[in-house]
Amino acid sequence: MLDIRGLTKRYQGSADGRPAVVTALDDVSVSVAAGEYVAVQGPSGCGKSTLLLAAGGLLAPSAGSVSFNGQDVYALTPEARARWRAESIGFVFQQFQLIPYLSVADNVLAPTLAQPLADGRARALALLQRFGLTHRHDHVPAALSTGEQQRVALARALLHRPRLLLCDEPTGNLDDDSARAVWECLAEFHRGGGAILLVTHDAGAAAKTQRVVRLARKEDQPCPSAQRVGSRAVR
Amino acid sequence: MSVWRLILREILYRKASFLLGVAAVLVAAGSVVAAVSLLRRYDLRTEQRAAAQEAELRRTLAAAEDDYREITKGLGFNILILPKDQNLSDLYAEDFASKLMPEAYAERLLQARVASINHVLPILQQKLKWAERERTVLLVGTRGEIPSADKDASKPLLDLVAPGAVVLGNELHRSLKLSVGDKLTLLGREFTVSRLQPERGNKDDITLWINLGEAQKLLQRDGQINAILALECNCAADRLSTIRGDIAAILPDTQVIEFGTQALARAEVRSRAAAHARDAMQRENDSRARQRAERSSLFAVLAPLLVTACSIWAALLAADNVRGRVREIGVLRALGVRSRQILALFLARAALMGLAGALLGFAAGWLGSWAWDARSGVGPPLGALFPPVLFVLVLAVTPLFAALVSFVPAQFAAQQDPAEALRER
Repeated sequence: MLDIRGLTKRYQGSADGRPAVVTALDDVSVSVAAGEYVAVQGPSGCGKSTLLLAAGGLLAPSAGSVSFNGQDVYALTPEARARWRAESIGFVFQQFQLIPYLSVADNVLAPTLAQPLADGRARALALLQRFGLTHRHDHVPAALSTGEQQRVALARALLHRPRLLLCDEPTGNLDDDSARAVWECLAEFHRGGGAILLVTHDAGAAAKTQRVVRLARKEDQPCPSAQRVGSRAVR
Repeated sequence: MSVWRLILREILYRKASFLLGVAAVLVAAGSVVAAVSLLRRYDLRTEQRAAAQEAELRRTLAAAEDDYREITKGLGFNILILPKDQNLSDLYAEDFASKLMPEAYAERLLQARVASINHVLPILQQKLKWAERERTVLLVGTRGEIPSADKDASKPLLDLVAPGAVVLGNELHRSLKLSVGDKLTLLGREFTVSRLQPERGNKDDITLWINLGEAQKLLQRDGQINAILALECNCAADRLSTIRGDIAAILPDTQVIEFGTQALARAEVRSRAAAHARDAMQRENDSRARQRAERSSLFAVLAPLLVTACSIWAALLAADNVRGRVREIGVLRALGVRSRQILALFLARAALMGLAGALLGFAAGWLGSWAWDARSGVGPPLGALFPPVLFVLVLAVTPLFAALVSFVPAQFAAQQDPAEALRER
């Protein structure tokens, strides 16, 4: 379903106070099949989040391609890419990225700004019920615990029934109980046939996935340059 | 969820920023509305004042006209119509006109309804030796004033002298010791004294007035007269030329003389006073027009300055709003919201800010201009000058203008790199 080929991302940065081209990703190839649960692991600064943003059509690569069901995502117009993202992709961030002035219910419904959903409200309430947040539907994010906030973010990501969930350290800021609840949610999504590309430091979490892709720093490149060193199927 | 819900929630969340933006628009719209309203109020006050002055001037002039008419009437006839071939030197030397014209001229003049003269009186006069009393007198034959069908039938200036009756000038009846009812003989004919004139200090004091028909017979001038006396109407600026023109059209073989009287002098003074009043009014109008132009110029500079300053202020607030919402923009883009939707989101917020500012600014400008006028106690009432066109214009243009000044920050938000925005800390 998702096929990343020779992905390279360079951007203008600085080294020793001088302008320099920094390579964030160098010739990385990853693929995620429909319904597959894949983890990406690697040290800090090796480009895991960059990979995720590029996979979600938010960061155009310097070289290489990102295809979804055979369609080059970056060959689409920005409008078509946004529509594809709204229909097919769900994002879950480490920092939750909830909109602070919207209630829990409105945050879950935020994707309908991009793509109206006939049963949007009913589905949002159903998701909130599933994640045990019904009693919080009218609260603003600041009134929630971090675990609750991440569950709201998950509910938002699942509103449009995406085919691929892109998760960036979804439990990075959570306590064990909250993290466990999130893993359960992700597992449930996967059991329902959804594909997940998960970026995580947590070896335990990676162990729950079907396959782990490891990114490592290139020997002669300072942080944050990285290169693919390989991938292995763990299950 | 609708875009409007998101916008309203955001406005409530960032109340201070929104209110500051509304205040900027309020000041801009309010200054324009206040400037326009103040000028309108100034114009209305000027019109009212000018109308009041005009009315006062008309009243004064009308009073002066009446006054003049009364004075003129009190002093007697002031227009003398003579045969055209009458030599004026002879007239002044002899005290009467030697040339004659038909008596019917008087009827013709009156029938023509000349607006510039009143009280038409045909006379036949001649200086003669009163042999019976051995003195020189002025004999005047009069049939009395000819009644006019369409003019004021007030008391005539000179009454009809009945046949067989004589009216005596002061010098005559005093020196001859004659009284009303006494008999006297003139040119062989007997008359009864019907009235004695008071002293006038002119040739009237040696004048005898008898019936015109009897005078024509005594002097053998049947159907003829040598002058028509009239009272001019003070209704034209250039009276004499108007009267001359009017009479020449009816009686082409006559000439017209105006007596120099005190009334004329007084009328002249009043005319000049009226002219001065008009000049003063014109000067005041000019002065107010100058003041209006000065105010207009001041507003023409101040209002755009305020609008520009407030536009910059609103644009900076919009930029600040965008800067504070970078991550939110990134999240929305990650959720599939398109860049033109982001643009519309920020422009709609600015338009709402403009609408609120326009409503408040209109109210502030309009009420402010009224309060400013009411301060001096001369302004028109609050509801008198509600400008519907300006109201609609302000409400339509201000939101568009607010959106326009916010366009650059909104465009920046729409073009924001979502990946960069999501990495924002």
